[in-house]
Amino acid sequence: MRPFTYERARSPAEAAAAAQRPGARFIAGGTNLLDLMKLQIETPAHLIDVNGLGLDRIEAAPEGGLRIGALVRNTDLAADERVRRDYGVLSRALLAGATGQLRNKATTAGNLLQRTRCPYFYDTNTACNKRQPGSGCSAIGGSTRGLAVIGASEACIATHPSDMAVAMRALDAVVETVRPDGTERAIPVAAFHRLPGDTPHIETALEAGEFITAVTLPPPAGGRQFYRKVRDRASYAFALVSVAAVVQRDGTGRVALGGVAHKPWRVEAAEGELPRGAGPAMAAILEGARPTHENAFKVKLAERALAAVLAEAKG
Amino acid sequence: MQEGKEFQLSRRGLAIVTAAAAAATGGPPAAQAQTGAAASPPASAPAMEKVSLVVNGQRHALELDARTTLLDTLREHLHLTGSKKGCDHGQCGACTVMVDGRRIYSCLTLAVMHEGDEVTTIEGLGKPGDLHPMQAAFVKHDGYQCGYCTPGQICASVAMLAEIKAGVPSHVSADLTAAPQLTADEIRERMSGNICRCGAYSNIVEAITEVAGRQA
Repeated sequence: MRPFTYERARSPAEAAAAAQRPGARFIAGGTNLLDLMKLQIETPAHLIDVNGLGLDRIEAAPEGGLRIGALVRNTDLAADERVRRDYGVLSRALLAGATGQLRNKATTAGNLLQRTRCPYFYDTNTACNKRQPGSGCSAIGGSTRGLAVIGASEACIATHPSDMAVAMRALDAVVETVRPDGTERAIPVAAFHRLPGDTPHIETALEAGEFITAVTLPPPAGGRQFYRKVRDRASYAFALVSVAAVVQRDGTGRVALGGVAHKPWRVEAAEGELPRGAGPAMAAILEGARPTHENAFKVKLAERALAAVLAEAKG
Repeated sequence: MQEGKEFQLSRRGLAIVTAAAAAATGGPPAAQAQTGAAASPPASAPAMEKVSLVVNGQRHALELDARTTLLDTLREHLHLTGSKKGCDHGQCGACTVMVDGRRIYSCLTLAVMHEGDEVTTIEGLGKPGDLHPMQAAFVKHDGYQCGYCTPGQICASVAMLAEIKAGVPSHVSADLTAAPQLTADEIRERMSGNICRCGAYSNIVEAITEVAGRQA
């Protein structure tokens, strides 16, 4: 790990202001950042510890939803009674990710901000446009089994690793932030994560120093909620494909996918196909997919995972 | 490390010194240039930070390089070597300790992030002659072979049973809104963050099941 200076922030505004320092990074749970710092993939010069800011409560939002503090730990969010009852897809997604030890530490905002697990991003002996902009992408033409099948670019074919974010995309969550100048804004989670384009190192809509204070869920979507994750191990593995779904009694619903793109993948316009079944729906959701020889199975796997969800919803 | 109680040079320490010397003399001169570190400006002096931790009931005031993980603090500074360093990347669980009663990977957190926190390690759970029930159950059921993962397994399982008691659901809980059941499937899923290279899993599940039954 490279040396860094360290401070404990006392307010979100103070944290955002401190983050204007060159090389500054926020640290909350630290489970992803410290891992990357040990590998010198992340080399912050200054760490701003935001754990003392008290943003660890889940409150009823005035419009009938829930306001989740940025520092609510994944365990506590998954176990919250209201989340379990009204936002089952979110609880399920959280519980499908990582391990008990990691969920006890990992935060809501940090989970949104996790970096890809693309093996070439982790291997500092290979080129990676995300790690070192302009160096090239070793994944293209390399081992691509776990990588993106849609929305990728000539510069990057990495996937976003989060389960939680996929459920939040299905639920139309909104990310609340404060900027270094003290202004606040709300970013729909749909616009929060970016596709790689030719700047894969820029992963979110956050500006320099912008600090996440909360994530708000709209009023409950009702229906039956599912998070089906397919992976190489029964537990503690990232998704090959995951399906977050809210299915209503009449067969309509919403679907977001994990493991297939640089961001949680949802195509609202395709959801009209849901009553016709998983085949037509997934064909519309993944229209324009350009899988590789190694990861073409993900397209079929996504359809079958959705079919399993729809069958369970009927049952 | 400027501690008064330096360890004597152990066989393992000697092996590390020897390996480092071999790398310094025998390594290809260009190898350094391939890492990101060599391409970056020279590292500045490490920042030192004060932190106080309550470890197994005892308060320690420490001044540490800010980079020091909680695991290295426990092992290298407080000489509590029960917590093990397996992967140092949060993948194996050998470093599991409890902080304010919750299990975490001590390798993936900095000591300075835990000002005033109460840390419980395997040394704080029980001692020879006065074992914690989970330690005794691991012995009784042969819940280990080489023993390297065992302190992490035991800390994780004690905290895991508390999570079930508190009603925290898991990936395999059939009903999210019901109280979680104490089944082998639940125990296996909840213990998936602790790897046992010897494969003592079935005995570990038996040990945990026995303790859980006694608590229920």
